[in-house]
Amino acid sequence: MSTPPSPPDAVHSEEFLRLLMRRQLKLSVGSAATFFLAQLGMPLLNYFAPAMMATRVAGFTLSWLILGVLFFPFVWVISWSFIQRSMALEEDEVKSIKR
Amino acid sequence: MMPTLAFLNGVDPWIFAFSFITVFVTVWMGFRSAKTSKTASDFFVAGRSVSVGWNASAISGEYLSAASFMGIAGMVMSSGYDALWYPVCYACGYLFLLLFIAGPLRRFGAYTIPDFAEGRFDSPLFRKIAVCFVLFIGFFYTMPQMKGAGVTLAYIFPGIPYWAGVVLVGAVITLNVALGGMKGITLVQAVQYWIKLFAISVPIFVLASVYGFYGTHLSVNATTAPVVVAGAAAIGPGVSAPGYNGVASDPDAKFVRKPLVEKAPRDTAWISPFGPLTTKAVNAAAAALPVEERPAFLAEYQKPYSLLYTYSLIIALVCGTAGLPHILVRFYTNPDGVAAKRTTMWVMILIGVFYVFPPVFGVIGRNLMPELYTGLAGIKGTDQVVLKLPTLLGEKFGVLGSILSGITCAGAFAAFMSTFSGLLVSMTGALAHDVYGRMLRPKASPAERMTAFKFAAVLIGGVAIGLGCFVEPLEINFMVGQAFAIAAASYFPLLFMSVWWRGMTMKGAATGMLTGGLCALVAAALTNFSTLSLDKGPMGKIFAGFAPLNGFWAHHPLLRILCEQPAIWTVPLSITLMVVVSKATAATVPADIRMKMLVLHAPEKLGLKQEYIQEQQAGAGH
Repeated sequence: MSTPPSPPDAVHSEEFLRLLMRRQLKLSVGSAATFFLAQLGMPLLNYFAPAMMATRVAGFTLSWLILGVLFFPFVWVISWSFIQRSMALEEDEVKSIKR
Repeated sequence: MMPTLAFLNGVDPWIFAFSFITVFVTVWMGFRSAKTSKTASDFFVAGRSVSVGWNASAISGEYLSAASFMGIAGMVMSSGYDALWYPVCYACGYLFLLLFIAGPLRRFGAYTIPDFAEGRFDSPLFRKIAVCFVLFIGFFYTMPQMKGAGVTLAYIFPGIPYWAGVVLVGAVITLNVALGGMKGITLVQAVQYWIKLFAISVPIFVLASVYGFYGTHLSVNATTAPVVVAGAAAIGPGVSAPGYNGVASDPDAKFVRKPLVEKAPRDTAWISPFGPLTTKAVNAAAAALPVEERPAFLAEYQKPYSLLYTYSLIIALVCGTAGLPHILVRFYTNPDGVAAKRTTMWVMILIGVFYVFPPVFGVIGRNLMPELYTGLAGIKGTDQVVLKLPTLLGEKFGVLGSILSGITCAGAFAAFMSTFSGLLVSMTGALAHDVYGRMLRPKASPAERMTAFKFAAVLIGGVAIGLGCFVEPLEINFMVGQAFAIAAASYFPLLFMSVWWRGMTMKGAATGMLTGGLCALVAAALTNFSTLSLDKGPMGKIFAGFAPLNGFWAHHPLLRILCEQPAIWTVPLSITLMVVVSKATAATVPADIRMKMLVLHAPEKLGLKQEYIQEQQAGAGH
């Protein structure tokens, strides 16, 4: 029976797991915070600044323009930056273990 | 004419031809590619060679259902601004999935949520509990697809009743799945996405170039209530108020706005946030009060309750996406985690582009086809606007209107066929594999399992058709929102907490998921029953027993909102229960939890997954 190539023990250490989860969670929560600020802030702006959100931009109300059109590219930017950073993070983790 | 062809009277040949071709091509492609992938495991393994572009198209194709294609346009037309939260959150749900769930789950290698539930907690019992929710969420999600089918068929064949359309389309798709024609084949779903994008965007570009663009149509809806001059007739139903620039029509005279009908919401309420969708409960409560108390009551409660409704809706849709049974499966057709993330990115772009278009139909429909408001809930209601709006072009360009209407009908078929097939495959798989294969007859032969799969497909298809016949008075988009709310209160907390908190125990997960999910389920069902009891047709009679509920809700608008949009209390309830019960049963945390967590979170390049599987097999003995 062939034994699998065993990675260094550092992988199985408690510290590595804690560090791993903390860094990943930090990255995810950071990206989610940007998103939630916008997502949950929109209803608040509509609630407290209705006059501003009713300003007309090319026929749209500002509120309609943001939610109906501009929100989508905004989400793309967040997800693109998250993917870049999470791939960099994984590279970094692999390096730190293989060293 | 032969009597059997009588139903073809009044059918537009173009519309019929486009729809028929879509159905035919879908069934044909399904059977063709089914020949090359015979079993479920073939589907998963073969899928791993799928490129990012195809896979992203396939996920988008399966995700964009009748709610996206027809429901959003109908709801924007009937409720205005507030309905925009639906497309935005349908798209943003994927961001949440990407940030917290997609990566770890892809590394864990569980194909479905029940697979994950069993693997994470080493508990076959928990798998069975998790399977129940595949069926709960699935049935809630199939109802609006069935309504989409009924509405579309009734539009194509003006003579046939709503239920006949549901039965016909349901039967065709069910047979297709039962005979193995649609096993979630990537190619078919990917093509369906491009059909849908084409079918929603091309008619919009043509309509907009003839009748004026998105912004122009919005601009004729006034944001401030018209000043009522003393003595002059108040602006009421049937008279359209001038837009923000003081005219009721486009200044370039590309279109003349038709007068609004009585049932249509007024401009100000429609275009502004906190409109008819989110204030319905408070308005109903105000209507039950004496006239002189109404203004004070509305001033105090209307906007705060409306804000609460909005937040609850956002939570349901954003969290719910992560818990849809037919979506997560597709992430495993990626070769690795990096491709999985790229795919998610592309999915967000593809569905984001799509979701810009449906609201445009609603906005133009409000100005040019307000007669759809008169049948607000039924098949002649606003849910039909995507199909019917292009026929306007017939006045000026003859056959072009029919061709474009045929194209949107084809898109609608693609929408409910792909989603219903995907759901039916997930639900049938759960029933045949988990309930029959593991609980009832664990020793069944492959041939018996195949028969069980076909039997389960027919059974579930039959139940879905039966449920679909009841929901004619409910809005497509609203029903899909309810399915999301149930997913958000059951699967989402399970996945999120299991991935990020190692202290979770099976008992904690099960208690939280069952309580949260069932609360959301009961709340959604009560809301629907009371709405159905108001129907003037046969449904009103069937559900008449729930009519007193409407009286109760008129006195308790807050409870009505919490029932209609339960996510704001069921999601925290579910998570709290998971934490409390897990703490109480901390002794039963799986022994190899650290290894499980490593597999979930460590980069795949370290090869931990393979090591884990070998350990498991060695531990199981020979």
